[in-house]
Amino acid sequence: MKIGLFSFIFVMWVLIIIGGGILVMILGPFSISGYGDFDSLLTSIFKAIIAILLIIVWILILSKLKNWIFKKEIKF
Amino acid sequence: MTELIIPAIISCVVAFFTVFFTTPYLIKFLQKRNLAVKDVNKKDHVMIVRPGGPSIIAGIMVSEFILYGFLQMNEILAIIITSFLAFLIGYVDDRKVMGGWFKPIALIFAAAPIIFFGVYDSNLSFPLFGTVQIPVLYLGLIIFMISITGNTINSIDVLNGVASGFMIIASFSLSISLFILQNYEMVLVSLPLGFVSLAFYKYHKLPSKIFPGDSGALALGGMYGAIAIIGHVEIIAAIALLPAVINSFLFLSSMKRIVEHRQIKGKPVEHTEDFKLRATKDKTAPITLVRLILAAGPLSEKQIGYTIFKLAIFSGILAIITALMPRLFI
Repeated sequence: MKIGLFSFIFVMWVLIIIGGGILVMILGPFSISGYGDFDSLLTSIFKAIIAILLIIVWILILSKLKNWIFKKEIKF
Repeated sequence: MTELIIPAIISCVVAFFTVFFTTPYLIKFLQKRNLAVKDVNKKDHVMIVRPGGPSIIAGIMVSEFILYGFLQMNEILAIIITSFLAFLIGYVDDRKVMGGWFKPIALIFAAAPIIFFGVYDSNLSFPLFGTVQIPVLYLGLIIFMISITGNTINSIDVLNGVASGFMIIASFSLSISLFILQNYEMVLVSLPLGFVSLAFYKYHKLPSKIFPGDSGALALGGMYGAIAIIGHVEIIAAIALLPAVINSFLFLSSMKRIVEHRQIKGKPVEHTEDFKLRATKDKTAPITLVRLILAAGPLSEKQIGYTIFKLAIFSGILAIITALMPRLFI
């Protein structure tokens, strides 16, 4: 059990680092243009939506991982 | 940097001894007013006074005001007010049982001083990769960060000494990370949190003489969240908090809604004849960190506490490695 919990924390950490990489490397340089004063606002909203989607994906992956890592223990 | 050593020493000493000396008086005061709850994990009928929040917030405020005297930073004022608001919200819940949504919603307002003083940077910093500019999302992050950290620390306050012990490990990991990132002024601001937790742990450790209550847990969690935002170490702070995050994640994913512990009918753990704790087979009970730790077999309260501390140390090391990443790989 202890190894399972340590593994789960480690996987969460790796996912945070990878998610950060995706945000900075791919999403960071992205910008919307052609809407004048609204460019920065639209870019920000778009980035926010993608970031929230990434968080949802992160939670879904963690849910699957939780069931996989703790499949023996979670018989509650 | 050397000019910061004296304020650092004074604030840490004051933070520690304010809590160390005021808590015994608080315990006597609460005993006189019979403000005690049953410690459900003890064989005998043991009553423990609560809340310890007033001595915790006293330690935070006195030490941070001393630092403000030296550094005159608005960041410190924002942290003081945010921590105090979180304490007040917790104190209301300590005195009058509120609904499950009260604390998460009310704590959103505790983040207001950070926005009001403008002591944040809307670039979200990811170690190793750099920063990403997300002004709209970042405002949302500020609003929810205090709520998340406050409730996360509160949710792990389930056994004697766990919340304060966990905060010692998490906050010192955060201070070390801030030092690595050369954010020395924020190191000073963050250190009292660790020393306040350390002093309170003396009375909170097994067997507890006092419980922090919602006011204590939210004050600690609120201050931690404020340091994370103002110190620009949101990701590192979240990593140091991972065991508590797992606890909240398991709880929410099994219950599928925000609910107060006292509103749950199913029990996640029960006692053996020798009063160790073991996981139940109750399908209506939430999955928690303690329940997962106990899945392999019964353990004493002390053993569970130490397991949580080991997980906290592991997360703390990962947080420090994360802070070191730019130096190691770039």
